[in-house]
Amino acid sequence: MNQAITTSIDADGICTICMDLPGEKMNTLGPALTDPLEAALRAAMADPAVKGIVLASGKDSFVAGGDLKQIGKGVDLAGKRPEEIVHLFSYLSRLLRWMETAGKPVACAVGGLALGGGLEIAMACHHRVVTDDPRIQLGLPESMVGLIPGGGGSQRLPRLVGLAKALPMMMEGRSVGPAEALAMGLVDAVVPAARLIATAKAWLRETGDAVQPWDRKGFCVPGGAGSTDAGFRNLFIGANALTRAKGFGNYPAPEKLLAALYEGLQLPIDKALGVEAKYLAQLMMNPVAGNLIRTLFVNKGRADALAARPAGIAALPCARIGVVGAGTMGAGIALCAAQAGIEVVLLDRDMASAGKGKAYAEKRLQRAIEKGRGTPARAAASLARICPTTDYADLAEATLVIESVFENRAVKEAVIARIAAAVADTALIASNTSGLPISGLAASAGRPERFIGLHFFSPVERMGLVEIIRGAQTDATCWAHALDFVGRLRKTPITVNDGPGFFTTRFIGAFVSASLAMLEEGVKPALIENGARMLGMPMGALTISDTIGLDVSYHAGATQAKERGTAHHAGIIGTLYQAGRHGAKNGMGFFDYEADGGKRLWPGLGALLPQLARQPAIGEVKARLLHAQLAEGARCFAEGVLVDATDGDLGATLGVGFPSWLGGPFAAMDTLGLAAVIAECDRLCAAHGALYALPDLLRAMAAAGQTFHGDRAAPSPGARRAA
Amino acid sequence: MRDTFIYDHLRTPRGRGKPDGALHEATPVELVRQLLAALKSRNTLPDDALDEVVLGTVIAAGEQGATIARIAPLLAGFADSTPGLQINRACASALEAVSLVAAKIGCGMADLAIAGGVEAMSRIPMGADGGGPHGIDPRVSFHTPFVMQGISADLLATLNGYGRADLDAYALASHQRAAQAWAEGRFARSVLPVRDMMGTVLLAQDEHIRADATPATLAALKPAFAGLGRSMGFDALAIQRYPEVDRIEHVHTAASSSGIVDGAGLMLVGSAEAGARLGLRPRARIRAFVSVGSEPALMLDGPTPACARALAIAGLAPADIELWELNEAFAAVPLRLMQTMNIPHDRMNVNGGAIAMGHPLGASGAMIAGTLIDEMERRGLGLGLVSLCAAGGMGIAMVLERVQ
Repeated sequence: MNQAITTSIDADGICTICMDLPGEKMNTLGPALTDPLEAALRAAMADPAVKGIVLASGKDSFVAGGDLKQIGKGVDLAGKRPEEIVHLFSYLSRLLRWMETAGKPVACAVGGLALGGGLEIAMACHHRVVTDDPRIQLGLPESMVGLIPGGGGSQRLPRLVGLAKALPMMMEGRSVGPAEALAMGLVDAVVPAARLIATAKAWLRETGDAVQPWDRKGFCVPGGAGSTDAGFRNLFIGANALTRAKGFGNYPAPEKLLAALYEGLQLPIDKALGVEAKYLAQLMMNPVAGNLIRTLFVNKGRADALAARPAGIAALPCARIGVVGAGTMGAGIALCAAQAGIEVVLLDRDMASAGKGKAYAEKRLQRAIEKGRGTPARAAASLARICPTTDYADLAEATLVIESVFENRAVKEAVIARIAAAVADTALIASNTSGLPISGLAASAGRPERFIGLHFFSPVERMGLVEIIRGAQTDATCWAHALDFVGRLRKTPITVNDGPGFFTTRFIGAFVSASLAMLEEGVKPALIENGARMLGMPMGALTISDTIGLDVSYHAGATQAKERGTAHHAGIIGTLYQAGRHGAKNGMGFFDYEADGGKRLWPGLGALLPQLARQPAIGEVKARLLHAQLAEGARCFAEGVLVDATDGDLGATLGVGFPSWLGGPFAAMDTLGLAAVIAECDRLCAAHGALYALPDLLRAMAAAGQTFHGDRAAPSPGARRAA
Repeated sequence: MRDTFIYDHLRTPRGRGKPDGALHEATPVELVRQLLAALKSRNTLPDDALDEVVLGTVIAAGEQGATIARIAPLLAGFADSTPGLQINRACASALEAVSLVAAKIGCGMADLAIAGGVEAMSRIPMGADGGGPHGIDPRVSFHTPFVMQGISADLLATLNGYGRADLDAYALASHQRAAQAWAEGRFARSVLPVRDMMGTVLLAQDEHIRADATPATLAALKPAFAGLGRSMGFDALAIQRYPEVDRIEHVHTAASSSGIVDGAGLMLVGSAEAGARLGLRPRARIRAFVSVGSEPALMLDGPTPACARALAIAGLAPADIELWELNEAFAAVPLRLMQTMNIPHDRMNVNGGAIAMGHPLGASGAMIAGTLIDEMERRGLGLGLVSLCAAGGMGIAMVLERVQ
């Protein structure tokens, strides 16, 4: 098969158009599919022998939606008039509208998943038949990638199933299976696979109505629409408020989607499709969608596929691993490995501690079952793979051992040496340190070339990122096998060069430092916390500190100071720690924690801190929080910590909560423009110091017109270091 | 500008705004008709005396919509030549109606007018008009996020540190003062009992007052807006606009918020010449009137800038004002004005307010302006100020001087 579209006409005059994009696993929408599809549709509509059309797929799936790689690259819109831009992005919408009004009935045979544009094609057909396979998903997830449906989906879905059912499908990307789709009126028939095409053809022969419901006189949106309809109004009051409350106005797609629905559902279909097209064009012209797609889908997809892995090295044999240290991190790593089918020796200094680690895993598995993820049988099998022990000899057969003990160099070195003595020469040894340089710890591993950093994030079972740190002597095999292991856990790996705090710990450190600096200057704590949330961080630095534990933060600060040979500035964290306020764990930190789960800023905080008579505007607070992170990112890049800016974007967004709407710090700097970033960092550096200091490399890049991503990307100093 | 005078005013008693409320069977146009007819008869106005009738109505839908102010005067016996106008400045509507006719009279384009408002909330509930674009239309609401009014009230309290006890104490005083004012007959001259078609009185007194309220009964009530604030995201929206706030303290209850009621209120306004021609005695001179906008999420702090501007126009200072009437939309609203204008509680809403007697949205301004004039007369005072906050972030204020 080397044609995307094949057509055949049967004896009843029914033309079957089959979509089957050559060389691809799924049909994705792009000119390679839609150009021949349009040609086939036009031919069939013009052919007097054709009475009706069946749209079908030659794949396991129907159509999987748009090609994100293509969308992520963006389109050059320079010099285009607004109406030209709308025209450009409304191709599918115009094609489908023509199809549903061309006068011949079209039925679709949906034998597999139909998402995004795939479901949009189906909804523009006059009759939808779906195979009765519960794995089939039908949905419009465009807003998840910063877009809205652009093939009429936002207008046809509520016209088929009503606004109340359409809203969660589009706002939350919730897809539905065949049975639910039939019940809600999204599809007309659900049949066994063998009868799929025949059922579609039967409808064309027996009914074959070529007029859509919304083209009939007196059509009403199911459930009502319009500003005087109370149900319609209330849905929007709630959705508008919650969307802004959760998104802080940073994510344009859900806002444009609601606007397209509100305005479109009060209009006849042709004008409604025009409204959808205009809002889609606005989103395409906004950098948020491109940044989201590039970082969280395209680049994440590449990292998940281990694109960086050196070739020619056999895969890691990984039947059994060891985890030393059964605290929350170690237990989380053990759980993830067990769920991936790997035997885990979970070692701690006494059986009570080791058993506690396993109990943690059991609790998480139980919670997952309660939330409908996983079965009791599978959970039991995972749990059985975790073997708690106190005996290093049990590590003998492990091909990888990860130490996850207390963050103290001496303690870690002693544990690493004991692991090295217990395992085979070929086994990998990894440290889950969050900041101690790997090259230094490697000396304790006997053979430093088999030692590597595997930095997991808490809670391990929920956080999808692993930062792999290559020490100065780590060899390619060790690195490739570390990537294999992360891939096995279905987490996203990034690889960075060694240095104190690597990338992610340094990066979030800048955010916390900027926050605490403001606090100690006398900026109101609520302003700092809310500024972080409004920037798009999942939580403010005071909440993070309370969650980590102020005792832990205090000791980590002392350790880091010792490592760097600098004085330890304990600041307000030290004061609170000394006062017995250890954070959420004892109900008292920056916040007081209430029994019902609520929290409020500790009223005593004011007495310990100065308060500026003139508080900064929220925009200034956000600027300080953002640019402290951008400057730290730029320094990491210039110092060669990052091999690739892409790793920095992924690490920051997936690991330490950098706002996804900005696509990561490097995507953000490209979007803002290096000149603007430099001007703002210089201003902040003059006022607030070295946290905002930029490396010379960034100025050189700006002068040379270079960027971090794209055709004018600057070469990474870290790539040279890694090589 | 020539002088403009208030010659008379009347209001209905306020009935509970529910199907079991005593005024539920009275249509809004009937409430207005009875007041118009009474004003006409007790001032012996000729049929063609009025140059203008302006009514404020917030929910101008159904039987309360489409310029009810045009048809009501005809029902009350005024001539076909009487024009009617319906306006909406949210809760400030009735006082805005009075301001509008004062402006027309002051500049010589009218001589005598009736202005006020009507809101039959049990029959035409809030939302019955579709509610407008704010909060509903996404494009409008993402530009200026809509915060439900009760959350704004709790935000106002949070920002100014008013605790639950402060608000409950204020609410209790409102009920006690209203009960005492009724007991002493202070509203007798201004409240017209509403009658049915048989002439039987449907309601003669405000129905919403809880004379038996105690600190304990008020303290037992649950916060009214905590649930919506959290579940609908309104708290988060308020904090996004006021990021110096850690969290919204939900301190208002049903008892410290104004009551939902049915009612209408009207004022007879005219020039000196019109009064002389018709033999009317002026009761108060309108010294200044002004409307302002304020920040929409906080919404309820418009009275301070409105009062400041009205006082500046009148050439007065807050201390010159001997008696204040401010609509008690929520208890935090008068507490805030008392703080910003340094008003002692014994000069603010001395006969209770909307917390006790209810707030018939579009009618309240005329009602409390009338209460102010009555009380200035009773106490023999010279200067008073009446003010209301209004939805969307607005405020209105009017300075009145008693005519000796």
